[in-house]
Amino acid sequence: MSLITTKGLGVRYGGRHVLHGIDFSIDRGEIVTIVGPNGSGKTSFLRALLGVVAPEQGQVTRAPGLRLGYVPQRLHIDPGLPLPVARFLSLPVRAPAAAIKMVLQRVGVGDVARQNMATLSGGQFQRVLLARALLSQPDILMLDEPTAGLDQPGVASFYRLIEDVRRETGCAVLSVSHDLHVVMSASDRVVCINGHICCEGTPQVVRAAPEYRALFGLGTGGALALYQHQHDHDHDHDHDHSEHVDAG
Amino acid sequence: MLDDFMTRALLAGLAVAVAAAPLGCFVVWRRMAYFGDATAHAAILGVALALGFQISIFIGTLVVALMMAMIVSVLAGRGWAMDTTLGVLAHSALAFGLVAVSFLPAVRVDLTAYLFGDILAVSRFDLGVIAGGALLVLGLILWRWSALLTATLSEDLAHASGIDPARERMVLTLALAVVVAVALKIVGALLIAALLIIPAAAARNLARGPEAMAFAAALIGGVSVWGGLQLSLMQDTPSGPSIVVFAAGIFLITTLGAGLVQRILER
Repeated sequence: MSLITTKGLGVRYGGRHVLHGIDFSIDRGEIVTIVGPNGSGKTSFLRALLGVVAPEQGQVTRAPGLRLGYVPQRLHIDPGLPLPVARFLSLPVRAPAAAIKMVLQRVGVGDVARQNMATLSGGQFQRVLLARALLSQPDILMLDEPTAGLDQPGVASFYRLIEDVRRETGCAVLSVSHDLHVVMSASDRVVCINGHICCEGTPQVVRAAPEYRALFGLGTGGALALYQHQHDHDHDHDHDHSEHVDAG
Repeated sequence: MLDDFMTRALLAGLAVAVAAAPLGCFVVWRRMAYFGDATAHAAILGVALALGFQISIFIGTLVVALMMAMIVSVLAGRGWAMDTTLGVLAHSALAFGLVAVSFLPAVRVDLTAYLFGDILAVSRFDLGVIAGGALLVLGLILWRWSALLTATLSEDLAHASGIDPARERMVLTLALAVVVAVALKIVGALLIAALLIIPAAAARNLARGPEAMAFAAALIGGVSVWGGLQLSLMQDTPSGPSIVVFAAGIFLITTLGAGLVQRILER
């Protein structure tokens, strides 16, 4: 059976109906990406799947005993809280030192265990968040804009890591992202949300869908051009890719 | 041994300091300083009601502090900015309490003891109540420690780990109300929040992990209680402010010390 299924899911946030009529499911080993413009409700969708917000309509069904690994968009740690990386990875369940060492090496930051979380760079921080999610040996990884604030090579290598993890562990990956061009090429399925599901399918199908084009624009100046980008050249141009498609 | 008022005062003070330390850390980490203030200031209203209805001061304070903490939790994030809401509630609670006390007929109430603490007047019964309350709070915080810490980092992260952040908030609210009720006799309503925050802030400069910080805060709180008690005894100063003066001194020392160490390391 599917890991998580929603039927007619509707979610209210801040007195507004942000989502309605969402039928969705994700299977073991699938990489699914949710895209959508600002305020489209994609973060609310993820929060409903996590169980943070209760559905207003419809239902969310999780497979029994489902283990979730959640990678939040960012984590604000109060400067008053001294928190070494190893301790963070042991929250809420204490993990053995050997497991901590192994998972940190796996995500490529083997030497930060004793560092304070506040001293990590943006890329290291995201990898530590991923390491924490992996420690629980999740059936599904849920990532909310996990690469916000990383540069292009950082984003690309983060998603390569996610793909490797999926291959090794067979877990499903559900991410919400605005780094469309990188994420979409790594996805099995893309779901475009704007209050409801506009279109879904393989990245190629979604790219060609008129609903998607209506949301993200057409032509060379729009987001679409970015997908045809070949990433074999230097990114020395200074404009911000995400400005066209910045989604929240 | 418990016949000696000094021993009773010291034991009661240490119990409160040790219970307040880990809770104080959460108050600092979650930026709840004003929340602590509002709850503590409501204690005076509790005193007035307890005297008016002739019930135990401890019960009166506990009930009012709990109600206040609940009101703050409910109002949080509705309309006004949080610090405005808490500012309104904290000072209103204090004002209502002071006015209510003045209505009490025929009783000559020594308000100073409730505002600034009267640690040297701790009776055997008081000591029992204070020690019991302190143990309750300490047990509660230790039991929920990991879940509280996770919920403090991120509510979403807590949810994903199967922790209900609302429940953990309730644990803190409850613990705070109990600490206010037992600390009233020791430091007084005006400075209870100081006993929560200052040792934790001083400990931050020394500690490299959350557990170490709570432990150091307990030590610093204990030393402050001991020092304040001596000062209060020798110079007849009010006990609450004396304890807080010691805690503030330690805060200054650890802050300067940490800055110095930093500078040496960077060289």
